[in-house]
Amino acid sequence: MADVDVRMTVNGVARRSTVPPRLTLADHLRSTCGLTGTHLGCEHGACGACTILVDGDAVRACLMFAVQADDTEITTIEGIADRDGRLSVVQEAFREHHGLQCGFCTPGFVVSVTAFLRDNPDPSDQEIREALSGNLCRCTGYQGIFAAVRAAADALRATDADAGAAARDGSHP
Amino acid sequence: MTAAARYAGARVQRVEDARLLTGHGSFVDDVVRPGMLHAHFVRSPLARGRITGIDVSAALALDGVHAVFTAEDLNPGVREPWYSLVGPKVPDTPRPALAEGEVRFVGDPVALVVAVDRYVAEDAAALVVVDYEPLEPVVDYKTATGSEELVHAAYPGNVAGTMSGRPAEQLAEVFASAAHVVEETIHQQAYQAVPMETRGLIAEYSAHDGGMTIWASTQVPHEVRLFCSRALGLSEHRVRVIMRDTGGGFGQKALPQREDLCVMLAALKVPAAVKWIEDRQENLSSAGQGRHEHGTARLAFDADGTILAAALDHVQDAGAYPVPWPVMTAVVVGMLFPGPYRVPAATFTCTSVFSNTNGRTAYRGPWQYETLAREVLLDVAARGMGIDAVELRRRNLLRHDELPVTNPNGMPYSDISPLETFEHALEILDHESFRREQAAARAAGRYIGVGTSSYVEPTTSGRGFHGTEGATIRIEPSGVVNVYVSGGSSGNSLETTAVQLTADALGVDIGQVNTIQGDTAVTPFGGGTGGSRSGSMIAGAVAETAAGLRERLLAIAAHRLEAAVEDLELADGRAQVRGTPGAGLSLAEIADIAYFDTRKLPPGVPPGLEASGRYQAQSPTIWANATHVCTCEVDVVTGAVTILRYIVSEDCGPMINPNVVEGQIAGGTVQGIGGALLENSVYDEDGNPITSTFVDYLLPTSTEVPVIEYGHVETPGPGPGGYKGVGEGGAIGAPPAVVNAVADALAPFGVTITRLPMTPASIVALLQEAEANQGVRV
Ligand code: FES
Ligand code: FES
Repeated sequence: MADVDVRMTVNGVARRSTVPPRLTLADHLRSTCGLTGTHLGCEHGACGACTILVDGDAVRACLMFAVQADDTEITTIEGIADRDGRLSVVQEAFREHHGLQCGFCTPGFVVSVTAFLRDNPDPSDQEIREALSGNLCRCTGYQGIFAAVRAAADALRATDADAGAAARDGSHP
Repeated sequence: MTAAARYAGARVQRVEDARLLTGHGSFVDDVVRPGMLHAHFVRSPLARGRITGIDVSAALALDGVHAVFTAEDLNPGVREPWYSLVGPKVPDTPRPALAEGEVRFVGDPVALVVAVDRYVAEDAAALVVVDYEPLEPVVDYKTATGSEELVHAAYPGNVAGTMSGRPAEQLAEVFASAAHVVEETIHQQAYQAVPMETRGLIAEYSAHDGGMTIWASTQVPHEVRLFCSRALGLSEHRVRVIMRDTGGGFGQKALPQREDLCVMLAALKVPAAVKWIEDRQENLSSAGQGRHEHGTARLAFDADGTILAAALDHVQDAGAYPVPWPVMTAVVVGMLFPGPYRVPAATFTCTSVFSNTNGRTAYRGPWQYETLAREVLLDVAARGMGIDAVELRRRNLLRHDELPVTNPNGMPYSDISPLETFEHALEILDHESFRREQAAARAAGRYIGVGTSSYVEPTTSGRGFHGTEGATIRIEPSGVVNVYVSGGSSGNSLETTAVQLTADALGVDIGQVNTIQGDTAVTPFGGGTGGSRSGSMIAGAVAETAAGLRERLLAIAAHRLEAAVEDLELADGRAQVRGTPGAGLSLAEIADIAYFDTRKLPPGVPPGLEASGRYQAQSPTIWANATHVCTCEVDVVTGAVTILRYIVSEDCGPMINPNVVEGQIAGGTVQGIGGALLENSVYDEDGNPITSTFVDYLLPTSTEVPVIEYGHVETPGPGPGGYKGVGEGGAIGAPPAVVNAVADALAPFGVTITRLPMTPASIVALLQEAEANQGVRV
C-alpha cells in the first residue's frame, strides 16, 4: 500500500510526514519524530508505557496507527515540562516521592496522571489506584507513585485555590 | 579529618530523575546509529524437534532484507562463550548461538533476519521456512528424570547436576527420636523477572579497526564486554559497551544470553549497526524463567518446639538453556535452608533438571525457595504442635548477641539481628491486638490471618568477579568533580549513590559532583548490579579513591596556607583551617594550583587532581536479614485474597538513601506478592507457553498492592559505612509471608497450602477438599 501524508501537531510543533499505513503512532513518534520518551513495554495495549495525549485524551500509542492521528494535536512526555525544562507539578511530585526507579514506565504514568488530575482534581485514594491500574510498573511496587499522585493532586488544588483567591480580590498570585 | 556526612543517610533527590521524567532517558531502543539495521529472530514453534531443513530464499528475496542467518552461518564464529561469574572450568550447560540440529523449547532461536527496519524484518521472518520432525518433548521437569526422552543427549536422566550436604543417614537418629517431625512437599510455580523494558542490544562492528561497539540493556556492562571479547575472539580493549538507562533487570539482564551472542556475531557480517529489541511475547517465553521448583522439607523439634534438625531435598527446573550454570545457584538453596534460626544439624540435596521449556535465569534472590520452604513449614509445624507460629519462631530465632555463628551447612553468619528485627516487625503490627481482631472476625464469619517470614541473605559477594570495584575521581580544573564507576544501574539509583558518597568523601556540595557510568571505554572495570552488591561496593570504591585525593587536596592547601595538614578540614567545598572561618582555599583554587600553577605545589605532590582506586570487599559476604509480616482477608466463597497490612522490618545496616532502600524493598516485595498470588508461566502439555502476553501473565497492578510499612534495625556490616545489600530481599521474604497469612486465615478449615500461586480457584479447591476430607462446612 502506498504511503500516506499525515499532519499532526506534536508538543506544539506542526509536523507533516509521509508514512506507511501500518506504522504505529508510537513508532512514528519514536522514529520519524525522534521523540523516544514514549516507551514500548508490550505493544499490545496492556502496560501503558506508551501513553500519550491525543486531542487531550490519554491513549496508547501502540494501539493506533500514525494515519489515524491525522489532523490531531498530540502531547508526549517531552511536552509535559515547560520549554526551559522546568518540571510540571506531576513530574516534580514523582521526583520528590521516589515515584520512579528505572524510569521506563514513567512517561506513561506521568502522562496518564496529568490527564487524570485534570479531569479529577480531588481524587480519593481508591480513585487514584483505579486511575493507575492501566499502567504497569515493575520497579516501585507503586508505593512512591501513590504518594506522588496524592502530593501532585494536593499541590495542584492549592495552586488553583491561590489563583482563585487572587482572581477574586483582583491581586496577582 | 573525615568530613561529616551531609548526604549519606539523607533522602536526597535522584540525579537520574530529571531526564527520566521528561522523556530524555537513553534506553537501548532510543539509540540510533547511521544506517542502522534491525534484527528479528525466527523461533521454534515446537517444544522439541529435529530441524530437517531451512529455506531462507523467500525471506532473502524480500525488499529491504540484508541477511538471514542460520546456525551454520553464526555458530562457527563462537570461540569461548563462558561467563566471568562462573569461569571456564565448571561443566557448564550447553548454550549454542542459534539452534543447531534440534530445537529445545518453544521460542528457541532458529534464524536471525537482518533488514532495514523492524517491520520488514518481521515480514521476512514469516517467510523463512523451517522443516521440523517433531520429537516427544520433556515438558514437566518433575517427571523428567524418569523420562526416556532427553533434552540434551549428554545428560542422562535430564539431570544437569546435583549437590548435597552431609549424608542424610547421619540425621536419621535425630528425626527418629524427635518429639515432633513435620514434612511437606512445597511447590513453587515458574515466574519471571519481567522488566518493563524487554531485552535489547545494538552491535556495531568496524572491520577497518576490528572494533566492536555495543549499546546494551544490561546490569553489567563490563561483563558484556568481557563476554563479547571471549566469545568472538576480539581483544577486550577493542570492545566498547555503552549503557545509560536500563529499564529494569532483576537478574534477567545480569548476563548476556544466546540472542545477545547472535546479534554480536551478526554484526561481524553486516556493514552497519544491528539493533535487536525483544518484544514482550519473546520476553515472556524466551528470556528465562525463575522459581520453578519443589522440595521436600523436614524439620525436627523437641517437645518444647526447639528445632533439632532441618533437611531439604530440592529439585529445580533448569529449562532447556539455563543461564548461568544452574547447579551453582541451586546449592545456595540447600546451604541457606536453616535460615536465621538456631539449628544444630542439617543437610540437603539440590538437583537441577532440564526440560523443554524456557531456561532458568537469575531472578532477584535466585535461592529464595529456601525461605519459602522453611517459613511455610514452620507455620505448618506450629499449627501441628498447637503453638502460635510467632511463639515458635521466638524460641528459635538467632539473637544478635549469639553472633557470629556458622549454620550447620557451613554458612558463617555475622552482623545480623534476626530476633530483634522479628520483634520490631511484630511491634509495628501489634500482634496481640491482631489476634483479638481475628477472633472477633471469625466469630462474625470473616477470615483474616497473619503470616510472617524471616530470612538471612548473603549480599555483596567478596569473591571473584564480584570481589572488587573501582572508582576514578577527577576534580576538574574548575574545581567540579566527576566520579567514574562501572555502573549497570537498572533502576537502583547508582548514579545518585555515587554522587552522594563522593560529595561526602570530598566535603563538597552535591551539585558539584557529576557521575559517569556504564561506558566501558572510560569507566573502571566493575561487577555491575547483581547479588545486592552495588551500594556497598561503590561505597568502598569511592572511599578508597577519595582518601588519596583528600590527602592531596589537604597537602596543597596546607602548603599554600602555611598550616599543618592536621589543622585542616575539607567541608563545604573548601579546605579550611579548623575553627578559623575564612582561612582556607576553595576546591577551585586548589584545582587551579594543581593544574595551572604547579610551582605552588608542595614537594612530592604530583600535578592534577585525579585518582583511581580499587576496593577489595572486606569479607566473603555481607549478611542482611529481615522479617516480613502480612495480614490478609480471604473470601471463602470466591477464594479472593485481600492484603490488609504489609510490614517489612529489615537490617540492611546504615542507609545511604532511605528513599532508595525503601524503593528496593517495595519493588521486591510486590514482585514476591505477585509470585504468591498472580504470576505464573504456564505451559500446556505439548510444551506451548500459554502465558506470553500481559493479558495471561498477570503482574501486580496498583489496585492489588498493599501500602508497605517499613521498620529498620541497624547492624553495620563489614566495610566502609557498614552498608549492606538490599536489592533482592523483598522478593525473598514476601511469598511465604503471604502464604502464611492466607493459611492462618483459613486455619479453621484445616487447610495446608503447599502450591503457588494462590489463585482464587486454587483456594476454593483447597477449601472444598478440606470440606470433603473433614466434613468442615465452609
Ligand atoms: S506499549 Fe502500549 S500499552 Fe504497552
Ligand atoms: S520505574 Fe521501572 S518499571 Fe516503573
